[in-house]
Amino acid sequence: MTATPAHTSRLTSGQAPKWLPLAILAVSLILGAAASALIGFSIATFALFSGLIFIIAGPLIVGAIEGRRKGADALARYMVYGTFLIALIPLISVLYTVLARGVPGLSGDFLMNSMKGVTGVHDNAAASGEGNVLGGIYHAIIGTLEITLLATLISVPIGLLTAIYLVEYGEGKWLAKAITFFVDVMTGIPSIVAGLFAASFFALVTGNPMNRMGLVAAVALSVLMIPTVVRNAEEMLRIVPNELREASYALGVRKWRTITKVVIPTAISGIASGVTLAIARVIGETAPILVTAGFVTSINWNAFSGWMATLPTYIYYQIMTPTSPTAAAVSETRAWAAALILILIVMVLNLIARAIAKIFAPKTGR
Amino acid sequence: MSKRIDVENLNVYYGDFLAVEDVNMAIEPRSVTAFIGPSGCGKSTFLRTLNRMHEVISGARVEGKVLLDGDDLYGKGVDPVVVRSQIGMVFQRPNPFPTMSIRENVLAGVKLNNRKISKTDADELVENSLRGANLWNEVKGRLDKPGSGLSGGQQQRLCIARSIAVKPDVILMDEPCSALDPISTLAVEDLINELKEEYTVVIVTHNMQQAARVSDKTAFFNIAGTGKPGKLIEYAPTQEIFNNPSEKSTEDYVSGRFG
Amino acid sequence: MSISADALKPSGNKRTQTKDLPDVGNPAADKIFSGISLAAGILILVVLAAVAIFLVAQALPVFTADSEDLTSGSFLKYILPLTIGTLIASTIALLLATPIGIGVALFISHYAPARLSKGIGYVIDLLAAIPSVIFGAWGASVLAPKIVPFYDWLATYLGFLPIFEGPASQTGKTILTAGIVLGIMILPIITSMCREIFIQTPKLQEEAALGLGATRWEMIRMTVFPFARGGIISAVMLALGRALGETMAVTLVLASGPLTASLITSGNQTFASEIALNFPEAYGLRMSELIAAGLVLFVITLIVNVIARLIVSRYKEFSGAN
Repeated sequence: MTATPAHTSRLTSGQAPKWLPLAILAVSLILGAAASALIGFSIATFALFSGLIFIIAGPLIVGAIEGRRKGADALARYMVYGTFLIALIPLISVLYTVLARGVPGLSGDFLMNSMKGVTGVHDNAAASGEGNVLGGIYHAIIGTLEITLLATLISVPIGLLTAIYLVEYGEGKWLAKAITFFVDVMTGIPSIVAGLFAASFFALVTGNPMNRMGLVAAVALSVLMIPTVVRNAEEMLRIVPNELREASYALGVRKWRTITKVVIPTAISGIASGVTLAIARVIGETAPILVTAGFVTSINWNAFSGWMATLPTYIYYQIMTPTSPTAAAVSETRAWAAALILILIVMVLNLIARAIAKIFAPKTGR
Repeated sequence: MSKRIDVENLNVYYGDFLAVEDVNMAIEPRSVTAFIGPSGCGKSTFLRTLNRMHEVISGARVEGKVLLDGDDLYGKGVDPVVVRSQIGMVFQRPNPFPTMSIRENVLAGVKLNNRKISKTDADELVENSLRGANLWNEVKGRLDKPGSGLSGGQQQRLCIARSIAVKPDVILMDEPCSALDPISTLAVEDLINELKEEYTVVIVTHNMQQAARVSDKTAFFNIAGTGKPGKLIEYAPTQEIFNNPSEKSTEDYVSGRFG
Repeated sequence: MSISADALKPSGNKRTQTKDLPDVGNPAADKIFSGISLAAGILILVVLAAVAIFLVAQALPVFTADSEDLTSGSFLKYILPLTIGTLIASTIALLLATPIGIGVALFISHYAPARLSKGIGYVIDLLAAIPSVIFGAWGASVLAPKIVPFYDWLATYLGFLPIFEGPASQTGKTILTAGIVLGIMILPIITSMCREIFIQTPKLQEEAALGLGATRWEMIRMTVFPFARGGIISAVMLALGRALGETMAVTLVLASGPLTASLITSGNQTFASEIALNFPEAYGLRMSELIAAGLVLFVITLIVNVIARLIVSRYKEFSGAN
């Protein structure tokens, strides 16, 4: 018997039609809008009510048609999709806020000027439309770059060499186990505690409890950066095949040259991208900078003397202590513009990390 | 350059575990010697002790002597790195350095040791080594391409060229064809036959036909059971091992009755 | 044996080297290099010890000082509200981030179309890349004002519960808002760790479950969750460690004050926020007090992290994934 177009397979009998979830969704949206309108319509309540109706009614209807197990499956599926949508809300909101509020404050002057000489008088003038928004983030950019660079210069050699010890020399030794354990512990040090450590270290060493400068902040950031670098470099060195080390030894090459000329070049793309990600992480740190580098409004090129500002602390102080308390919006504009620049830097670093990992990976394929 | 190897009363340990027991053997220069035996009998371990590669594994150590033309590899003050520069090794799986081109791979032994070499000397060394490994004609047009872009058999011959470039006296091969297809295997076997004109070649193989095809002398290793040390059962000209072995277990093994 | 056994011996001095022996460099170089890398490893241990020692050294004056010189009359009275405030904020964050984080991880590993799942992973990583100060600023100027009606609603209808007792803050700068922002910040930690583990669930087990006619959800409950249990717990613990020490989200979002039961009024304070707010102007005993508070925070996060690591290592032994 040939199947007629109207033939329904027994395998699909008892199944809800494909369009059912969409139909339930449409009804949920209508009911959600109605319920929301009852208490004064808003997007938030509309989404909340519609979502609730859909997530309760959907599985019940599917369950009634296809059985309890399918109903539970539908509930789980809708909830999993729901969590993803919920997780997107803050991400989109944050990115939108930074763009919408940050772009108006951006200008060449903003990038190329510090806050030196900018007072509440200027901000009040700007707020009442009698002048431009003055002041910028030049000093904060310098501080961010110098402090992060210093932290990288401290962390990368220590982190990389430690990883080399763990992978190439420490196999099975108790010291290596201890280092691995404490590197894990270090990963969990709160950033503010790292800042306090650097501050109290320099306070005791120099005898001046208020000794704050870029270097102290760099040490604090290093405490945060070293464990990330170690863990990443360790992982990258471990995936270098042992066969390459043996090939090198069999050619009569010493271990240290094998490590520096065969193992590290093979792993360098992974290590470099890991370092870049570590930089991206510490460049946005605020708390440790607050307690170690102080805060200034003018340019300080010297990381070894005098207080310094960074982009995160700039944002923080513009919001917490507006230049003009009566025209806080002007300071907020600057803060969001600085936030936009900071996010751009972090995103670019992340992209660079991915590019390094892709482009410089050793070519293994044929 | 080719040197003889004399092994005297050699025991190999992993920690406290005796892995290979009391090996005595004389390997002639300009010959191919094959090590055969069931898995886990210690033949690869023993091969590694011939250029101290076993020391890469922590806890591995030896007792006894391995003499290279009379000089003990394990003598006091002997630097294993020097030993390995005279006794090269080719591994089971081809392992060209992925970050280097074909040319750089051949020069690896020179370059990794920071030795100065003029461009013309380097070119000559690359060509001679690749010719020595029967690879020159296949790769001469793409010396600057990555070594990992070659086929498995070509990669293995590149690894042999890399070993030759260091100008060793002895070349050890640890199952060099086990990861290769039959045609590539044939190319490497042909190469082994040519290599013995200049080098002492020692090869570990699972393939008895291969041992019969390429070697002058064959050593049969066996193990009494798990946890027992591996032993050298019989060491004789290859013809004798395969046609008229003096030990019962050798006969069982080469005739395929076990292992 | 006419050739002397010296032929194989190394010699650092090139002049005495036998001519046909290749130059393989000085053996001492190996020792120096391994020594340097060992030193780097030890330096890390020293730094960690130094963190503890210097914090203790700077905090000591607090324990010998006259009680009336201290902020709250005694150090214990000072840190107790901070401890509770920190725990409240972190608990809120965990309650929000754990289910959502696991859900998103499941979405990426088992629900999203294969072509999209990698891209979605990047999107969630993006959330992790946003600096905390920006989350703080967002929480203070976007989330806090928007959430006020919700707090009013809570105060009206659930006000009989102490934690929702009104009147609700009209700025929205409450510990609940801070907890929500914290939750958003630790979400990517939970998601990325759970995703890694969910993906590693043995395919054979999953296929066996599906082969028995299980729905996708039943398959997940039968194979993925049992396999990932330890990993989920340690992910949550690590996220907790992060939430305990996170500063900016709280400093910018919370209008801090004394300990209060209500989550929707201003009040409460956390360790990290207390330190960040007061340290820049602190000196003398006040500075020591803040450092001592930092030490307490350090110890608490240390304990949480060590427990997380222990779970990870226990889990590794019993997972049978290898």
